Amino acid sequence: MQELLTFTIIGLSTGAIYAVVASGLVVTYTTSGIFNLAHGATGMLSAFTYWQLRFDWDLPAPLALFITLFILCPLFGIVTERFVMRGLQGTTEVVRLSVTVALFAFMIGLANWIWPNDASREAFLKFYEGNSISIGGFNVSWHRLITFGCAVVVAIILRIVLYKTRMGVAMRAVVDDRNLTELNGGRPDRVSMFAWGISASLAGLAGILLAGDQQLNIEPLVLLVINAYAAAIIGRLKSLPLTFLGAGLLGLLDAYYLMVSDESWFPQTAFGFSLSGVRSALPTIVLFIALLARPQSRLRVGTTKLREENRVPEWRTAIMGAVALVVVVVGISGMLTRSNTLLLLNGFTFAMVTLSLVPLTGYAGQMSLAPLTFAGLGAIAMSKLPGNGNLVTLVVAIVIVAIVGAIVALPALRLSGIYLALATAAFAVMVSKIVFNQRQTFQTGNITVPVLRIPFVTIDTPRARLILASVCFAILGLIVVAVRRSRLGRRLVALKDSPAAAATLGMSLTRTKLAAFAISAGIAACAGALAGDKVSPQQYEFTQSLPIVLLAVVGGVGSVAGALFGGLLLGGNSVLATIVPTVKNLTKIGPGTVGITLGRNPQGAAAQIGDSFRPLIEQPRLIAISAAGAFGIWALDAADVISHWSFFVASVVWILAVSPNLPALTAAAPGRRVMAGAWLAVGMAIATGVDWSSALDATGKRIILIIGLVALFGVGAQRVVENSPRVHTASPDLAGLDTDFSREDIELAEQKIGVVL
Amino acid sequence: MSTPPILELRNVRAGYGSIDVLHGVNLSIGRGEVVALLGPNGAGKSTTIKVISGLLRPSAGHLIVAGRDVTGASASALARAGLCTIPEGRGIFPNLTVRENLLMATFSGHKMSDIEERTYARFPRLGERRTQLAGTMSGGEQQMLSLARALATDPAILLLDELSMGLAPLIVAELYAQVAAIAAEGVSVLVVEQFARTVLGVADTAVLLAHGTVRMAGKASEIGDDVLAGAYLGS
Ligand SMILES: Nc1ncnc2c1ncn2[C@@H]1O[C@H](COP(=O)(O)OP(=O)(O)OP(=O)(O)O)[C@@H](O)[C@H]1O
Ligand SMILES: [Mg+2]
Repeated sequence: MQELLTFTIIGLSTGAIYAVVASGLVVTYTTSGIFNLAHGATGMLSAFTYWQLRFDWDLPAPLALFITLFILCPLFGIVTERFVMRGLQGTTEVVRLSVTVALFAFMIGLANWIWPNDASREAFLKFYEGNSISIGGFNVSWHRLITFGCAVVVAIILRIVLYKTRMGVAMRAVVDDRNLTELNGGRPDRVSMFAWGISASLAGLAGILLAGDQQLNIEPLVLLVINAYAAAIIGRLKSLPLTFLGAGLLGLLDAYYLMVSDESWFPQTAFGFSLSGVRSALPTIVLFIALLARPQSRLRVGTTKLREENRVPEWRTAIMGAVALVVVVVGISGMLTRSNTLLLLNGFTFAMVTLSLVPLTGYAGQMSLAPLTFAGLGAIAMSKLPGNGNLVTLVVAIVIVAIVGAIVALPALRLSGIYLALATAAFAVMVSKIVFNQRQTFQTGNITVPVLRIPFVTIDTPRARLILASVCFAILGLIVVAVRRSRLGRRLVALKDSPAAAATLGMSLTRTKLAAFAISAGIAACAGALAGDKVSPQQYEFTQSLPIVLLAVVGGVGSVAGALFGGLLLGGNSVLATIVPTVKNLTKIGPGTVGITLGRNPQGAAAQIGDSFRPLIEQPRLIAISAAGAFGIWALDAADVISHWSFFVASVVWILAVSPNLPALTAAAPGRRVMAGAWLAVGMAIATGVDWSSALDATGKRIILIIGLVALFGVGAQRVVENSPRVHTASPDLAGLDTDFSREDIELAEQKIGVVL
Repeated sequence: MSTPPILELRNVRAGYGSIDVLHGVNLSIGRGEVVALLGPNGAGKSTTIKVISGLLRPSAGHLIVAGRDVTGASASALARAGLCTIPEGRGIFPNLTVRENLLMATFSGHKMSDIEERTYARFPRLGERRTQLAGTMSGGEQQMLSLARALATDPAILLLDELSMGLAPLIVAELYAQVAAIAAEGVSVLVVEQFARTVLGVADTAVLLAHGTVRMAGKASEIGDDVLAGAYLGS
């Protein structure tokens, strides 16, 4: 009996922290429609800040608390709303979620940078450390009581703010009808800022309370939010009382599980599998159940015109791209050092994982936060299945994981948007807590995935593995393109554009979604199975999946090229960290920083770059020139006329500065053509003629040089030919009247009318 | 026309994304004038209201209020400056109580006690339901609540979009009686209706909109059935 009381108190105080976190989530979600995955990270940063003020700089606790919770946190929330979240109106849920993922990555990077992991850090003390009070014979620390009290106070304050103040009423009004709030003279932007401010303070409070309990560690503090998701979902993301109730139940469940799991009758294993990970997975299990128990959301007709639009890939472009990719990799792989080869290989592995998101997230608009989980399952399958990594093993591994993907998707079929994303997050955490820690999977913490064995070819060097990876990516990319161009592909896109319309047309949403999940899981599994090295379960954790999802969206998740770009960017980020130590800290916040700007360019970087190359791709003659030039530069290097670095500089300038300008150049008036051509020639001469490996001593400087050359010559030449007629996409209304038809016009028109899905 | 109009649209073009809806609309409302904006479905009436109220930024042209060019001003700034808009549908917050709905009207700068007093005096029925969720009231009561904002906040200009939508004729008549009372206090009113007969009694001037352009403007009393029929049938 007394034990029960004890654990009840423990459970309630845990629940109190969940409640404070979850209420902050609910406040921002209801007022701005953004589910803030970075909420936990805000709490983490604020715990560190408080530690800095209180324990490092020895400020008195009330002052430190005041500064953290009432000045810095609200300020952070307001800045986030103003400069990050506000730009997100009219974007898809995928982009909105990705931006919060970016914020998450940014904050973790920032914390790692400012407070590097350091064991000799001053301890983070509980409030009134050492003091406790006896309740029913059991000692309860003051900290626990304070935690519980905080939740009660938060509940009361939120109630008063939301129902008794005009700002609070306006917050609820914005949820009801944003436009009408404006028509009343209210300022929804300010209301949102206020909500984000409050929310950040709540996260901060929870972070500080939790850090008192568990010390300053980035991971648990950040993941705290996942536990709170469950409470927020129980509250249907809008009801604060239900959220508090859910948080309390969650805390109690955890405490009671702890209580009974010590009993002798409690099973430690089931069917030969260890149950040790179940406790830490409890909140995610609850989250999963709460998500499934949600009432079916109604299908919405695609009301908002989204800012993202993606073209249907063409076979010609796709095959050319695939061949070019492999040729380029074969060409340059001979010049790379061993470590750079491994880094690029890593980039390709990431790229395959981001590619797995293209059919699911890019085409079908279903967000998954668990791509690496499937990659992990693929790696396990590849190493455990008989055959020691031959082609059959690979195929079987892919098929098995694809089936797992479909099975996992089954219960989640009725979910979409953030609910689906959260369900996949819950799945990712459950798998890493319960499956990856089994003797049967990652028994010693590491397993070796065999290198793929192909008849007649031996793949034993890093270079061979790199080429293999590029070939695999090219094949997978072509498969994805084939999917997009098939009936299934049109169904996937229909699912994204308007589930309601798709359903009324008699399309089976269920089968389409299942297919999307299976394909995606299969591709991710392939990435995992091709690891060809020692792998550890940490590589496949949920938190590792987040940057992947983020960079897939940054690169442009709607296209294969975007996936490649995103994957290489992620790989490149680690390249940058190793070769340019001075910017090492910057690379920690790199992925987050690029992601935060997504609101401005929701289609991703690849689409933007692709746009500047589109006129080029239309003209085979110019493609030939461009390819010949690139080959020429490579030949110069192969013949040892120029150094590897000069090759690198020259080819980047050629591809990014010269090639996109070719179409405009050929179309420009003669005078301007000569001027711009001469300018570009000077650029190429500088890039090729100087021996950059001796002229500059650091890789960082060379990279800056490349960026400078591209900007100076590429943009410069573009300016010169600006006034001449350029290939452009006119409004469909005008095409044929005062401009000539081009293929894009027709495509655009068809897209607008909806002829092409 | 000695005093400048209180509200003027000059060559306003506006639309949604790549779809153009208004193709150069000219419109002016004199001080204290009641103007009826008529037109068939999809003519762009609600779009015009959105432009005037500041919710939709025109792609070209000017919005001039009391002689000042306010093109591009935010809806909330215009609202605080005395422009009161009752949008299409129900202009209320369904999940707030009646009282909280009125609290939202205080952004206009009026005291809550004044607003409540005036509202409950005009619409005693709302007084009885002040703690009820607005969304659970009848359609007529909801429309009273949205009109209450116009009554209690002394706007300079009132914009009404299809007050009558989905309501019984008797209630519509009652609501338009209130509109007439507001107009009698000197408020300039722009009222949008599809069914011209309901408003022509209240309005001084009528403007006919079709396919995003003004087809004709004139004295309300001079608009005959034949004109309306022609415009609605798109001739
Ligand atoms: N949010 C929107 N996005 C895209 N198009 C819109 C939007 N709102 C209105 N339209 C289009 O603009 C045109 C004019 O619409 P508007 O609502 O102004 O018409 P209306 O005159 O008020 O019609 P009704 O009498 O039916 O209310 C219509 O063709 C409509 O389809
Ligand atoms: Mg309308």
